[in-house]
Amino acid sequence: MGKTLAQKIFDSHEVDRPASGVRVLALDRVFCHEITTPIAVNDLVAIGRDRVFDNTKIKAVIDHVSPAKDSKTAEQGKTLRDWAHRMGIKDFFDVGENGVCHAIFPEKGFVRPGFTVIMGDSHTCTHGAFGAFAAGVGTTDLEVGILKGVCAFREPRTLKVEIDGALRPGVFAKDVILTVIKELTVNGATDQVLEFSGSAVDAMTMESRMTLCNMAIEAGATCGVCQPDRTTVEYLWPFIKDEFADREAALAAYSKFRSDADAEYTRVLKLDAAAIEPVATVRYKPDQVMTVRELEGTKVDQVYIGSCTNGRLEDLRVAAAILKGKHIAPTLRAVVSPATSDIYRQALREGVLEVFADAGFCVTNATCGACLGMSNGVLANGEVCASTTNRNFNGRMGKGGMVHLMSPATAAATALAGHITNSELFKG
Amino acid sequence: MKNFNGKILFLDRADINTDEIIPAKYLTESSKAALKPYCLEDLVLEGFDSKRDIAGKQVIVTRSNFGCGSSREHAPWVLECNGINLVIAENFARIFRQNMFNCGMMAIELPKEEIEELFDEFSATDAELVCDLDNFTFTVTGGGKTRVCKFSVGDFDLALVKAGGWVGYADSKY
Repeated sequence: MGKTLAQKIFDSHEVDRPASGVRVLALDRVFCHEITTPIAVNDLVAIGRDRVFDNTKIKAVIDHVSPAKDSKTAEQGKTLRDWAHRMGIKDFFDVGENGVCHAIFPEKGFVRPGFTVIMGDSHTCTHGAFGAFAAGVGTTDLEVGILKGVCAFREPRTLKVEIDGALRPGVFAKDVILTVIKELTVNGATDQVLEFSGSAVDAMTMESRMTLCNMAIEAGATCGVCQPDRTTVEYLWPFIKDEFADREAALAAYSKFRSDADAEYTRVLKLDAAAIEPVATVRYKPDQVMTVRELEGTKVDQVYIGSCTNGRLEDLRVAAAILKGKHIAPTLRAVVSPATSDIYRQALREGVLEVFADAGFCVTNATCGACLGMSNGVLANGEVCASTTNRNFNGRMGKGGMVHLMSPATAAATALAGHITNSELFKG
Repeated sequence: MKNFNGKILFLDRADINTDEIIPAKYLTESSKAALKPYCLEDLVLEGFDSKRDIAGKQVIVTRSNFGCGSSREHAPWVLECNGINLVIAENFARIFRQNMFNCGMMAIELPKEEIEELFDEFSATDAELVCDLDNFTFTVTGGGKTRVCKFSVGDFDLALVKAGGWVGYADSKY
């Protein structure tokens, strides 16, 4: 019997088997942000263990509330900043050079095929797009990760999602993953790895693959993964060119982690890419999904484009193409938050931010902010937001608010129309 | 070890997420104790009032996929600082479940039918649970009825409960 990508990574990182069905893995990366890390740091200080296992494998960013909005968030930022300096963590990204964790860390080339990654953030599953095993954890796992460089996991079981064919124009990775979550339900992949494969995934950019893997947790999955291939190597090449003779050598090394043809899966879900159309969520769970056609005309108060799901350059470009030369409806307001400072600067240079600003969008800096109701676009009671983020939970973007999750294209079209509608890119 | 006995709070809904257990706006608190008043503040559940229904409860019995969504360990912490160290459900989201055991708390899974029976027999009563970790059973009494349930906990999870959590365990071993 062959092995899945996740099983191969487990085999190559095993430190201990503390009990049947549980493996302790060595970690290649421990990512940190200012919301879940300070309590771990404070606890390490309190128990006399104010140290880190390896300051080159730990990366830290201030992202959830950036810049700080009040004394409490300033204190959290300070705790992380002081700790990063104290521990000699060189890869610490402060306000102005920062970005949403799951956008900036890949952008810096920190994730490689075959890596193990943890972070105190559920959307850490995003990094599986590189063929890594990347899992969101709580503060205690993070604390042990920081101190010892290990984390315990149950044996990985993998659910394969095979998406073949070509996506229709106007249909994006966000529509694909929402369709997958609708099929699986919010509990359908719990404690499993969600492996995306098929010709539609092969054809996707790394950005789109990150959108896919980002929402694996919304089906309960530990990690979303894509098989490392030429697209992965091409994205990483600027960061790995000194490690390999050429791209073929890198591909050969990374291909070892690809799942074997005869690997065992708990389930194989097959989807026809051509049958997927633009969708959005309704109510309060990410598996409550309807087509945009069915939701046509639903009024919204705010449009939000950004987040670790859909705040990358590719997303901003698609939205800007739809918004160019037009203005948002007078009945709503719109916010765009490029996911990292580099994306912000590139979008500025390309004229993408100018399109947003001319269209009447509020252009904010990179931050998680409104996605989790923290800052920069929180909803009032009873308000409705069309959003490119990843969670439509009750109160997620503000107490009493309702969130419809959708692609950047649909969000841009919705901003122009004043109600949920398909973008001109989708021909039905 | 923590206390796993006490009065039961029945939450009759699946997929209760960690944003409902503790909304993100409170994650700026730097101490666990400060979270206490906000437990289950955004829970969508007819007839439930977090200000009225949590006080005096030490155990939660609920449906499937409890604790889904955000990885925030603030969810177990807010339960812990309200005196709740045991949640019994059909199943749990992975991160929440791990966070519970990492804190030396318990997330126990029972078959759907048994959860259904607990709701049927006890949710309308002032039910109380006594946990026997030596024999892996708990006894529920309420409304003149008594029921004994068997449960299982993995060896690793049990080791974490006995060690008081993952930090102590890992620090001594790795």
